[in-house]
Amino acid sequence: MATVVVPHLMRDLTGGLARVEAPGHTVRAVIDALEERYPGFRSRLCEDDALSAVLTIAVDGKVSRLGLMQPVGQSSEIRFLPVIEGG
Amino acid sequence: MVEIKQNLIVVGSRPARVDAVDKVIGRASYATDVRLPGMLVGRVLRSPYAHARILSIDTGRAEKLPGVYGVVTAADLPPLEGDDAVGEKAFRDRELASDKVLYVGHPIAAVAARTPEIAQEALDLIRVEYDVLTPVVDVLAAMKADAPILHHDMRTRSLAGTGEKPTNVAAHFEQVKGDPGQGFAEADVIVDREFRNPMVHQCYLEPHSSTAVWSDNGGLTLYVTTQGTFSVRSHVVRLLRLSMSQVKVVPMEVGGAFGGKNSSYVDGVAAMLARKARRPVKVTMSRPETFMATGPNSGSVLRVKMGATRDGHLTAAEATLIYEAGAYPGSPVGSGSHVMFAPYQIPNGRLEGYDVVVNKPVVSSYRAPGATQACFVAEQVINELAGTLGFDPIEFRLLNSVKEGSETVDGTVHRHIGAIEVLQAAKASPHYTTPLEGPNRGRGVGHAFWGNWGACSSVTMTVNSDGTVSMVMGSVDITGTRTSIAMQAAETLGLPLDRVKCTMGDTDSIGYSDTSGGSRTTVATGHAAVKAAHDVIDKMRERAAQIWEVDVQAVVFDAGIFHVPDDLDKTLSFQALAELLPRTGNVVIGVGNVDVADWGSCFGTHIADVEVDPETGKVTLLRYTVVQDVGKAIHPMQVEGQLQGGATQGIGWALYEGYEFDAAGQMLNPTLLDYKIPTALDVPDIETILVEVPYPHHPFGARGVGENPIMPPPAAIAEAIYQAVGARVCDLPITPARILETLGII
Repeated sequence: MATVVVPHLMRDLTGGLARVEAPGHTVRAVIDALEERYPGFRSRLCEDDALSAVLTIAVDGKVSRLGLMQPVGQSSEIRFLPVIEGG
Repeated sequence: MVEIKQNLIVVGSRPARVDAVDKVIGRASYATDVRLPGMLVGRVLRSPYAHARILSIDTGRAEKLPGVYGVVTAADLPPLEGDDAVGEKAFRDRELASDKVLYVGHPIAAVAARTPEIAQEALDLIRVEYDVLTPVVDVLAAMKADAPILHHDMRTRSLAGTGEKPTNVAAHFEQVKGDPGQGFAEADVIVDREFRNPMVHQCYLEPHSSTAVWSDNGGLTLYVTTQGTFSVRSHVVRLLRLSMSQVKVVPMEVGGAFGGKNSSYVDGVAAMLARKARRPVKVTMSRPETFMATGPNSGSVLRVKMGATRDGHLTAAEATLIYEAGAYPGSPVGSGSHVMFAPYQIPNGRLEGYDVVVNKPVVSSYRAPGATQACFVAEQVINELAGTLGFDPIEFRLLNSVKEGSETVDGTVHRHIGAIEVLQAAKASPHYTTPLEGPNRGRGVGHAFWGNWGACSSVTMTVNSDGTVSMVMGSVDITGTRTSIAMQAAETLGLPLDRVKCTMGDTDSIGYSDTSGGSRTTVATGHAAVKAAHDVIDKMRERAAQIWEVDVQAVVFDAGIFHVPDDLDKTLSFQALAELLPRTGNVVIGVGNVDVADWGSCFGTHIADVEVDPETGKVTLLRYTVVQDVGKAIHPMQVEGQLQGGATQGIGWALYEGYEFDAAGQMLNPTLLDYKIPTALDVPDIETILVEVPYPHHPFGARGVGENPIMPPPAAIAEAIYQAVGARVCDLPITPARILETLGII
């Protein structure tokens, strides 16, 4: 099961839990699983079936550019960060 | 992980840049040098108001002016379709405003004419009727509930849920690590300060310029100055609803970019004018247009609080970052929050950010976007904590430095880093070990983390029958990368550099490549070049096997020689085999196409010595040193140039630069006479120390180097000024007036 670090501003959905576990081989699948348990979870993170344009994903501490398609392992940790850009 | 190559010959050497001579003698062709038969001049009509509704636009008189071949407005764009779910109206309104202008300089219409004078006269004949609205130019004022609203359909995007009321706060985030309250309770010393910085422009010498020409079969060719040809293509395709294969973007030499040419400003308008006029049209921005209507970095307000114990350990850090986005959402506040505490092990932290629209130019990327001001404030507080606790500033940083596997406040994890090595090199540097003496002199240190980027790059490589190699890359060369990427190919092929020629390809002649930004090009396009070189080697091994009538597995390539071990008759140099290619099955073409997911971050430490005139507040930089982990310097002289150039721009942020606006949103200093940037007279010879901690996912261990060096200068210089005269200035730029105000002299 992957672990999601629940963003501080979304902990109202998880009853204050800072970390939750969910099954899935991609970030999308993990979010889908959490949506079933915590309704509203997906809509906070996604727009039109894609990760929100103001967010990026870090899996196991590494920033990914694959968005919801990013593969996750059984012991992966998923975080959601404000979007990061370079110049 | 890849096996990092050792015993290098070309990589690590210092050859002359392949573009050097043409640029020095003025032969290089830039976008403004493009001349096409029948070409017209394009000019853009811009808003004189920072905030106004457009009631009407009358272009009739301009269209009838002799010598005018076309006038375009937003009405000439393809009609909007659907429910605008993806912000299409805003995207189009940024190009040409349809119903509202949101900053002074906002484009409204454009003309194509035979001469610049006729074009200007035509612009003067366009009548725009406005309903002038109250502008909001201060970021804190824009956040108030009763502030004038720029976009009535805007709601705050936040992980707490989307807001319900119209607002200027486009986005809000908050990240928490550990228990910040407990962390501050454990601190013996807490520093809590607020900082401000104005908008700062990249100040590339070459303005934006684009020449558009349509073919009779509907094809569009654009000759542009840009960091990314494919991003220009995407922009124009989206704006005019064309197919990608209809549009060819040709990169010209680039006269400075620094992130500011990741965005497209005149390409769409040039294409619209050229289509209407049925002639080629060139649109070139003036310097005031460049200041007012392109994308500077965000002005911002930042509050930082950090705590540490008496023995020098950081216990907690908090920051609130409020960034101006300009007229449309999208400030780099996320980047600022990502990097500001990243050099340190901090067990408890909180980062809160706001992306706020104001009636100013729309911000764009600028070398480590959003990071220079974030580094300035965090490092000022680090310096103050170190001083208050009686620590040497580098020792304090070493004590708290991140190490392999350290987790940052935002939860990302440092891997394969050289933070400690950089700090140790700075501490042992000739600069830091030389005492600074004399009155009103001070020394300061700044330290920065920047994450860099990887992304997509494409390279093709053709082996010519004389043994030379012609290589095309999809990246635009903005920093000498034709040389540094050719070096990586030459090293892999076992050839001297002068046997490998690298050129920039247009969008029809090479595969997709991301923009040359994010300190990625030498690393990622270098990856692609190495991959293409290996493709060449594999194909030439096959050809050698065919010639020698042996299994391909028997053919070995080593240091530019193909051979079969233990058979001295079966040996061919790269050139000798290349000469046989036309008679054995045509040329060999190698392809390298990568999406680099593993890229190395970097750390840099800067040391600044200043002298401050206590009567006038004038700051003189006496000595400046940049120490940075570069992984492996592919071309050390180019790396040193990046470090010096970045530091010089950071010095500009520190001491000189900043947009000034009046209450109506009019920029008061839109020329290089009034907007001061550092010159050679203001900057000492910047010393550089290249620390090489190889990044294990790059074939040569290289890291991106270009952005980090702009970050530390403001903090290093601010601390040096404090050490010199006791003035701790929290607003940029640190002008003589601000120093004297802080000292209570004026």
